[in-house]
Amino acid sequence: MTFSEIKQILSNKTVGIAGCGGLGSNSAVALARVGVGKLIIADFDIIVESNLNRQYYFYNQIGQKKCIALKENINKINPLCNVEAHDLILDESNIPKLFNCCDVVIEAFDKAEMKQMIAEVFIKNFNNKYLIMGSGLAGWGDFEKIKINKTDNIFICGDNINEASDNLPPLAPRVGIVSNMQANLTLDILLNTYGSNTKI
Amino acid sequence: MEVILKYNKEHFEAEKLSISEVLEIKKYSFKMLITKVNGNFISRENYANTYIYNGDNVSIIHLISGG
Repeated sequence: MTFSEIKQILSNKTVGIAGCGGLGSNSAVALARVGVGKLIIADFDIIVESNLNRQYYFYNQIGQKKCIALKENINKINPLCNVEAHDLILDESNIPKLFNCCDVVIEAFDKAEMKQMIAEVFIKNFNNKYLIMGSGLAGWGDFEKIKINKTDNIFICGDNINEASDNLPPLAPRVGIVSNMQANLTLDILLNTYGSNTKI
Repeated sequence: MEVILKYNKEHFEAEKLSISEVLEIKKYSFKMLITKVNGNFISRENYANTYIYNGDNVSIIHLISGG
């Protein structure tokens, strides 16, 4: 497939991004760059200085809402990507409605409780829709421990070992790897090449 | 009994076990878990009264913080 053929397919696709932190901001930017037509992004939080160690924001955006700033950054990269930004706290009641029209949804929360919540929402409401999660991305090194596990319609990218803590913070390189794995898998699903040996 | 647990064949001496017992035997201490038996989601409040038997396919996914 040429890049124009790829862009042609992706221009009709919609991807949901649940959270605009390290995983969400980086995966959204990757998908916007390759030409996904529409992104539905959601986050309630504002940008603080410590976020800049891994999240796709700039120093002059500190204090802004993440979902608004991410939409602004994506517009600068690919104005053809339609970004629908929602400033809200995602929960089991608004997720089914917000992401109903998405082809794939990327889970990009920070807290394990929220990851569990969205996984349960997908098991109960969206058995036919793929949810691509990130779990185990804190720290540095150990690149070879990062992998993908699949259970029915839920994929988990990460090492599933390194939990974020004060002494094991999430940092740009590993968060970048996992968020781009999520974007890469999303691409494979959207282009209908997931599981096939040839991508040509 | 023989079951498939997290993609691998696993042997247990007992003929049936509750999900709670499996978690204890396997020393799974993660707080956030998604558990399915033969593709059916099992909520946390049913861990003690849901049993697995020979031939069942059990998937237990744990989720940890960071993003």
